[in-house]
Amino acid sequence: MIKSPTNELYFSMLRIRMVEERIAELYSEQEMRCPVHLSIGQEAIAVGVCEYLDEQDIVMSAHRAHAHYLAKGGNLKSLLAELYGKSTGCAMGKGGSMHLVDLASGFFAAVPIVGSTIPIAVGVAWAFKMKKSSNIVVVFLGDGATEQGVFFESLDFASLKNVPILFVCENNFYSVYSQLHVRQAPGRKISTLAESHGIKTYTGDGNNITQVSEIADEAINYIKRNNTPAFIELETFRWLEHCGPNGDDELGYRKKGELDEWIKRDPLSNYEDLLIEKNQLSKKDILEFKEIILNEIDDAFKFAKESPFPELNVLNQHIYKN
Amino acid sequence: MRELKYSDAILEATDFSLAHDPTVLIIGLGVPDPKGIFGTTSGLQDKYGDQRVMDMPLAENGMTGIIIGASLNGFRPVLTHQRVEFAMLSIEQIVNQAAKWFYMNAGQQNVPIVIRLIIGRGWGQGAQHSQSLESWFSHIPGLKVVMPSNAYDAKGLLISSIEDNNPVIFLEHRWLHNTIDNVPSEGYRIPIGEARVAREGKDLTIVAHSYMVLEAIRCADVLKTKGISIEVIDLRSIRPLDTETILNSVKKTGRLIVADNGWIHFGVSAEIISLVTETIFDKLLCAPERIGMNDSPSPSTRALAENFYPKAKNIAKIVCKVMRNNLDLIVLFPEDNLPSDIPDPSFKGPF
Repeated sequence: MIKSPTNELYFSMLRIRMVEERIAELYSEQEMRCPVHLSIGQEAIAVGVCEYLDEQDIVMSAHRAHAHYLAKGGNLKSLLAELYGKSTGCAMGKGGSMHLVDLASGFFAAVPIVGSTIPIAVGVAWAFKMKKSSNIVVVFLGDGATEQGVFFESLDFASLKNVPILFVCENNFYSVYSQLHVRQAPGRKISTLAESHGIKTYTGDGNNITQVSEIADEAINYIKRNNTPAFIELETFRWLEHCGPNGDDELGYRKKGELDEWIKRDPLSNYEDLLIEKNQLSKKDILEFKEIILNEIDDAFKFAKESPFPELNVLNQHIYKN
Repeated sequence: MRELKYSDAILEATDFSLAHDPTVLIIGLGVPDPKGIFGTTSGLQDKYGDQRVMDMPLAENGMTGIIIGASLNGFRPVLTHQRVEFAMLSIEQIVNQAAKWFYMNAGQQNVPIVIRLIIGRGWGQGAQHSQSLESWFSHIPGLKVVMPSNAYDAKGLLISSIEDNNPVIFLEHRWLHNTIDNVPSEGYRIPIGEARVAREGKDLTIVAHSYMVLEAIRCADVLKTKGISIEVIDLRSIRPLDTETILNSVKKTGRLIVADNGWIHFGVSAEIISLVTETIFDKLLCAPERIGMNDSPSPSTRALAENFYPKAKNIAKIVCKVMRNNLDLIVLFPEDNLPSDIPDPSFKGPF
């Protein structure tokens, strides 16, 4: 079973990986009929950051949100049922993969307009500050989002009002097929944009869970201690296509060998090797973990597939609140 | 009853809401400045402090997202822009986020925000300071759109808007700010989605909203002296639309003119005429008519703006056509001595 915090990080990454691999595997059945943006290869950031959050702290994200949702404690059954468009989904099938929500676990929302959750997350965090709450907000964003106007507007306001928010930039170097260097001036680091707004900034290897955890722990403590924002830029890489269950390296938009290099830096298997080397994890543990997770995944998919679709009258519900 | 200016009625409604609900926040560029957004926010920061009444960065889209976020976490923010056009920068947050939030999460989180927008007119405002874009906002399920035409309604509708659990676009016409009406000093509410019969009549219905209600009333009052009985419907809310009041009136009169505050193509007047022809075609005695802004951007010079905005006389001309009447409108609607680019002598510009 899970014996230690280090094992817990491993377990959490493994679980997210296995959930998304199952989504990819079953996607071709054409029953999950919504766009899915899988995080395979990027799990360490979600897990390492969410590890240090309280349940009442809030997480928000964008289109590639499964890992963040699960790392924050979002309900797996509700996630899968949402992908299947069922009434038991986290948004009754009205949102799909790109609009995840689990208020009970503090996963507030994710939206697929790049950058648009950033100011909303700042507003949620600002409200915490106005209410004199000690809670904070984490907003996950990609490198592409840092090109949006609202990104800069949000940094300005967060800095102006000392808003307790952690911006976590997952820099995976591509926006769909477009490389970073055709979108942003080469040599200018994303983190400097936050720094220039007077925001405490950290950078690191997003595929190294130990490093992610250390940075996140420090940044979150800094925010809670000083009641002010912080920014983390972490480098990582998406293994699969931008949207969908398959690889797409054959399209040639990435440099030859780039993906292979990043697969060697797999956050999950490298951490597994490290823990085994340190005798903190055994092969037996891994098998045990995998069995636990497989059972949970089987159950959750069964639940999602067997759940009913929403009743037709749900179409006209939730347009206005009385 | 006590008389009050429209802008002071807005101020009173805001003051009332701040006093009655500690979660109300007032945000906007210029909110605490010496002009106080045409007087509508004057003194509020002194009274409620800079944590609740505040200026903001020039970041309309970001600030809209920020108030959405604050509304998800317990607050009721009111964001004000001094011109409708400034909200164009925040269409993404208004249309994609605020309007759809409650639906996208299946009713788990709602967005109780108000966005006050001011429609400019006159004194050479030009193409980017004078648009009346209520039809854009009204097109979107999830938004409510409110356009009071007088001080009494402005106060009651603003209080209702702030208390509403949904995003409300509150459109004020700059030329209404100085108009005076009887306004109770206590707080009161006017339900969103209820039109008002501003003048009762039996021959013809004019449906209008915002500033055009004043022109429609002027037209009705003058033509009444010539025996034409006009009913004027003041929509007050564009979305939700009070279809019942409109239909009841046209059922009675059999004739319809819509005096649109914006452009007529694809706009509010198109919607109302569709409603009436789809629902009670058999009650119509003649084809419905409409009038609105000239189908061009708004020019700055008063020489051209004169023909951009329809007035009571222009409405009356359509009334005569519909009623097959040959009244001498030049006698009935003499040119007043006011320059055409100001609403009243107290308006000295610059905006």
